[in-house]
Amino acid sequence: MADLAITRELDAPLVVGEPSYSDVTESVSRIVENKMPRAWYIAFGVTATLTGVLLAMLAYLVTTGIGVWGNNQPVGWAFEITDFVFWIGIGHAGTLISAILLLLRQRWRTSINRFAEAMTLFAVACAAIFPAVHVGRPWRAYWLFPVPNEYLGIWQNFRSPLMWDVFAVSTYATVSALFWYTGLIPDLATLRNRAKTKARRIIFGILSLGWRGSARHWRHYEMAYLLLAGLSTPLVLSVHTIVSFDFAVSLIPGWHSTIFPPYFVAGAIFSGFAMVVTLMVIARQVFHLEHLVTMKHLENMNKVMLGTGLIVGFAYLTEFFIAWYSGNPYERFTFINRALGPYWWAFWIMVSCNVLVPQLFWFKRIRTSIPAMFVISILVNVGMWFERFVIIVVSLSRDFLPSSWGHFRPTYVDILTLTGSFGLFLTLFLLFVRFLPMISMSEVKSTLPRPAAARGGER
Amino acid sequence: MNQTGKQYWRSLEQLSNTPQFSEWLHREFPESAAVLDSSSRRTMLKLMAASFGLAGLTACSRPVEKILPAAKGSEEYTPGKPVFYSTVMPLNGAATGLIVETHEGRPTKIEGNPEHSSSGGACSAFAQASILDLYDPDRARFVTHETRQSSWDEFFAFAKPHFDPTQMGAGEGLRFLSQTVNSPSLDAVREHVLRRYPKARWVEYEPVSRDEELAGSELAFGRRLQAHYRFDRADVVVSLDADFLGLDSPEVRYSRDFSRRRRVASEKDSMNRLYIAESQYSVTGAMADHRFRMRAAEVPDFAADLARELGVLPPALTVLNANSRGKRAAAVARDLKRSRERSIVIAGPRQPAEVHALAHLMNYALGNVGRTVVYTESPFVPQLTALKELAEEMAAGKISTLVILGGNPVYDAPADLEFGAAMKKVAVTIHLSVSQNETSALAKWHLPEAHYLEAWGDARALDGTASIQQPMIRPLYGGKTAAEVLAALTGYKDQRAYDIVRNYWMAKWPARDAESMWRRCLHDGVIPGTQYPLVEPKPGKAPELRPSEAPAGLELAFYPSASVWDGRFANNGWLQETPEPMTKLTWDNAALVSPATAREFGLATGDLINIEVQGRQVPMPVWIQPGHADGAISVALGYGRTRCGRVGDNVGHNAYRIRTTANFHFGSASIQKTGRKYRLASAQEHFAMEGRAPVREATLEEYRKEPHFAAEHKGEAFSIFGDFDYSKGYQWGMVIDLNACIGCNACTVACQAENNIPIVGKDQVARGREMHWIRLDRYYTGPEDDPQAVTQPMNCQQCERAPCESVCPVGATSHSPEGLNDMAYNRCVGTRYCANNCPFKVRRFNFLNYHKGLTETEKMAFNPDVTVRMRGVMEKCTYCVQRIEEKRIQAKLEGRRPIRDGEITPACAQTCPAEAIVFGNINDPNSRVAKLKKLNRNYTLLDELNLKPRTSYLAKLRNPNPELA
Repeated sequence: MADLAITRELDAPLVVGEPSYSDVTESVSRIVENKMPRAWYIAFGVTATLTGVLLAMLAYLVTTGIGVWGNNQPVGWAFEITDFVFWIGIGHAGTLISAILLLLRQRWRTSINRFAEAMTLFAVACAAIFPAVHVGRPWRAYWLFPVPNEYLGIWQNFRSPLMWDVFAVSTYATVSALFWYTGLIPDLATLRNRAKTKARRIIFGILSLGWRGSARHWRHYEMAYLLLAGLSTPLVLSVHTIVSFDFAVSLIPGWHSTIFPPYFVAGAIFSGFAMVVTLMVIARQVFHLEHLVTMKHLENMNKVMLGTGLIVGFAYLTEFFIAWYSGNPYERFTFINRALGPYWWAFWIMVSCNVLVPQLFWFKRIRTSIPAMFVISILVNVGMWFERFVIIVVSLSRDFLPSSWGHFRPTYVDILTLTGSFGLFLTLFLLFVRFLPMISMSEVKSTLPRPAAARGGER
Repeated sequence: MNQTGKQYWRSLEQLSNTPQFSEWLHREFPESAAVLDSSSRRTMLKLMAASFGLAGLTACSRPVEKILPAAKGSEEYTPGKPVFYSTVMPLNGAATGLIVETHEGRPTKIEGNPEHSSSGGACSAFAQASILDLYDPDRARFVTHETRQSSWDEFFAFAKPHFDPTQMGAGEGLRFLSQTVNSPSLDAVREHVLRRYPKARWVEYEPVSRDEELAGSELAFGRRLQAHYRFDRADVVVSLDADFLGLDSPEVRYSRDFSRRRRVASEKDSMNRLYIAESQYSVTGAMADHRFRMRAAEVPDFAADLARELGVLPPALTVLNANSRGKRAAAVARDLKRSRERSIVIAGPRQPAEVHALAHLMNYALGNVGRTVVYTESPFVPQLTALKELAEEMAAGKISTLVILGGNPVYDAPADLEFGAAMKKVAVTIHLSVSQNETSALAKWHLPEAHYLEAWGDARALDGTASIQQPMIRPLYGGKTAAEVLAALTGYKDQRAYDIVRNYWMAKWPARDAESMWRRCLHDGVIPGTQYPLVEPKPGKAPELRPSEAPAGLELAFYPSASVWDGRFANNGWLQETPEPMTKLTWDNAALVSPATAREFGLATGDLINIEVQGRQVPMPVWIQPGHADGAISVALGYGRTRCGRVGDNVGHNAYRIRTTANFHFGSASIQKTGRKYRLASAQEHFAMEGRAPVREATLEEYRKEPHFAAEHKGEAFSIFGDFDYSKGYQWGMVIDLNACIGCNACTVACQAENNIPIVGKDQVARGREMHWIRLDRYYTGPEDDPQAVTQPMNCQQCERAPCESVCPVGATSHSPEGLNDMAYNRCVGTRYCANNCPFKVRRFNFLNYHKGLTETEKMAFNPDVTVRMRGVMEKCTYCVQRIEEKRIQAKLEGRRPIRDGEITPACAQTCPAEAIVFGNINDPNSRVAKLKKLNRNYTLLDELNLKPRTSYLAKLRNPNPELA
């Protein structure tokens, strides 16, 4: 790797038990080469069913209209955009781990980056569903792309943040996919080399793009990887910044706020890390990867959650302060309404899950307790979903003219669509762990202590 | 209903028995979309047959007789160009003059006839919506005999011998029952009929009654007179439970006259002052400068106090003035005395005759008679006692033939008359009505009546002005008018409706001019010289008035509904979905109670209670109405229909079931809680302004001290997107005078008719998805128990810096060079971002396919100039851009002349009875709108957002009596 020469200054080993190169290869590759455990099939059955529910709900939506959801006047956006922002946020951990931590030479990222990047892709896939189907006429959703169209000769409106969203999210999806795939190439070649059947040989042969592990290959590969990391880095900041523009650029009290870009980015990383922890805790247990994904990794992620959680909490406080300090009656009302209005419960779920609960991570015992971090990470994601709900629905439900105030009630379609999107996410994830190495073998090997590495050659 | 008839009838019965709400709701969803299609193959075939039949009918079936277009239209018919005809709509014995727009022979839009005294160019929500009744797919399509399909031939084959004088004799057992007739030609036929059967009797009945008014004038003057009020001349108006700006005036003229005195150009102007004593919060109450809330039974006491103060009644022996009512009466009386000859005291139709008599005498004492109040002979006769006699005769088996011409007495007659049971004792019952209703179900024969837009007739306005009712289209379902049916039965000299009307009037004119007179009357929509002559009444003695007794239980009062009137418009989706002006309720009536009464009985909005009157019960949901009188319940009539069609069946609850001859207007009642909840769909959930002042209001005195109270002081801010150049060409703008607006809903329905706005149904309204492009925001100010109310019409404000435009990703909404915020519907993909970013929340989204399942007849009501929007598309007010474009083309064709001020009128402005909405070119300093925008009361909403809306408002003023302030 590019930073092989850098002196190791980490205080704890990144892998335990001093595995050799071949041990690493073996423990990661055998997962995709052997039959999955029973739990995998049960889980897949459940998530595939949920995916089916999602597809059914979307079919119902597209054939019938947005009216199957609870959206109304004044709440034009509700669950669908909440879900969209939520999933986009989840994706952020992947990009952050792969790109920024790479550039910052945080070597502990190697065990979890593949995992997080895959999560990014699947989260973006889930997120992308919502803007596509939330439009009233989804068969015209392609009009959001700047393609010449047969109607009216009207060009896209580049003043609209939704337009910026289209570019931000599609760029993000593309770069994340490339990054993930580029990182996979050496491992795909390993799988090709280990392949016992012709089909696997051919498939992994094609996917590994003729990787032979020559020094030249490594040189190009590392350069490409670094460049992609450089490309991804601004995306970590830009995507959620632009998503937040959907709200910040509008004039609705509770939306119209300059704090949104950093607040949203911090929230996204917060929720993304929480999701990585949730999934990683299960995966390392089920697939016996404790020696590769160590407590140090988990603890580091929990620290990131604590940090970003504090930023988010600070943002909440700032919003309230500015609402009071601005003297703007609409703004003031909106924030009082958030805390005490008809949706008070959503606000207090958000505050407890996002601000209060993560404070437990100040304690090392909790930070390093698997059950505790599992529960907290789930609560954080509940809180982050409600954060988006509070921002979107509660702000819209009571804006300027009291005559237009309304109330949003979700329908079963809203709820099942959200549930189904989890199904899709997890289905994709289960397929990923089934077919692709979930830990970057080549990168983990680079972190092995020399003597251990020398005991076995790379295969 | 006897269900053992032929199959065809039974299927229709099944169809109309489907709960109407669920149908409206479920039609939108695929699992139930099958409701219409899946019932049977036979239904399917029938629908196909009906469609084929209609296909023939719908194609430009203009009347065969010569009808004449009004001045706006062209005599040579140009396809694609609308033609305008004048006609009249009769309602409750008073006609509203109308101009009807037709496209290719289809009436599509109704406007008031400016030449007609009752409308002056405006019209009510009822008139606006009546176009939908014409195309109602549930109308009666054929003659029915004992639930079997029959034909006119069969009917006449039975009826002509039956009505032959050799059979019928002098008509001892023959009775006619109609709604209030105020049609000269029908009167002529009636005279002929009654001459032919001298012992027959003709009874008129309307559930919204004028009986007390008639009796009041008899008490005061010894004869039946009709009072006509000149609100444009009155400085002080005292209303004794008279909602004369709303439902108690069948004509819009009073609104127009009254609002003329609310138009304040500067702080130097004066305006009128309105006092009202009432129980239910009416739109007149919302306009009032002083509203005294009291039970309807207390209004006579207030009237008596006032009369004593004015010297009409002898001073009371006891000192009544000690109480607050007396003090108020004294202050009001002093105000009235200061405005001698320029004031009006008006009593409402629910008040007993004595109150009417007192009002007449007070007007007389104040010198108002002949100035602000004038009298003519009344064309009306008392109805309730006549109906009671008729029902008794029927029940006693004395009646052998009953001919019911219009109306629905089985549904709306007082419950104690048991009209339905009495009808069964009559051997031959014939019911003529536009659609089958509860009465038709019990009649031996049901005859389809022609709708007023498809039949010849004539009708008088309240002041006597007669007009020809000119049809625009041949009867869709072969209906006939009452006059035609009677003429056929009794061998009247003319048989066709056209001949009946035309020959009646031609005979009145000198033969030489008759033809041109006829043409002129058709064209103008009024027949000159037909107004009733004024009479000079001689006042009699003041009536005895007993002080009201403390009520036993709660007071229950009945009101006509602002949506369905007495129930006749129940199958009209536009009206059902029009929010009631005060409660904003749609698709329902409710038991309105005051907050204090609700607390006393532990009631909450949406609780279902049973209202009981002398052993009769009806369930009714509670609605807590701020400002309602304590200890009283108000209920709107006209709901809970069981046989009117797919829209109106089982909507709301039927208050007629507890309305008897004893409590015809109000009486006492008791309530029981059922413990159940009922879902009410209100178009507005929040009625407080939350200190935001979207409606700015001051008293006249404050205004004089601070003429610029409405304006916000603000610096000019810039737009980061750069502004359009608005200095050239036409720049459209609108001003809405909140001081004139009475909140009557006419604009909402007019807009719905003009712009093809869909009906969404109760469930969708409850979810907050109503589609109205112009809504009337209702706010209350002051204490919850006795607040003041204001109305604010809210349509797209056409912001110059429109926040909706910058956020639309596909550019479907953008600005026109003339300052309109345009919508390209076929470019809209429906992100709803624009609606979210609209601070006025005036954008409306088609959440579902709201036009799904429309029949071919209903589609005929569409305005061809406006796109019908599909689901998933955003829509909103465009200032009626189609009308702007039409006039632009016309101006261009007429030699590229400039468009004149006032030439373009959006639908809302055109129909506004209060003339509160003014539209025009703000770039033209001489236009009305530009002048109004210069007034110091002018303000725009949400200035701090830097939107520069093109719609501005003139602040509301009140003119309270300093003595009572």
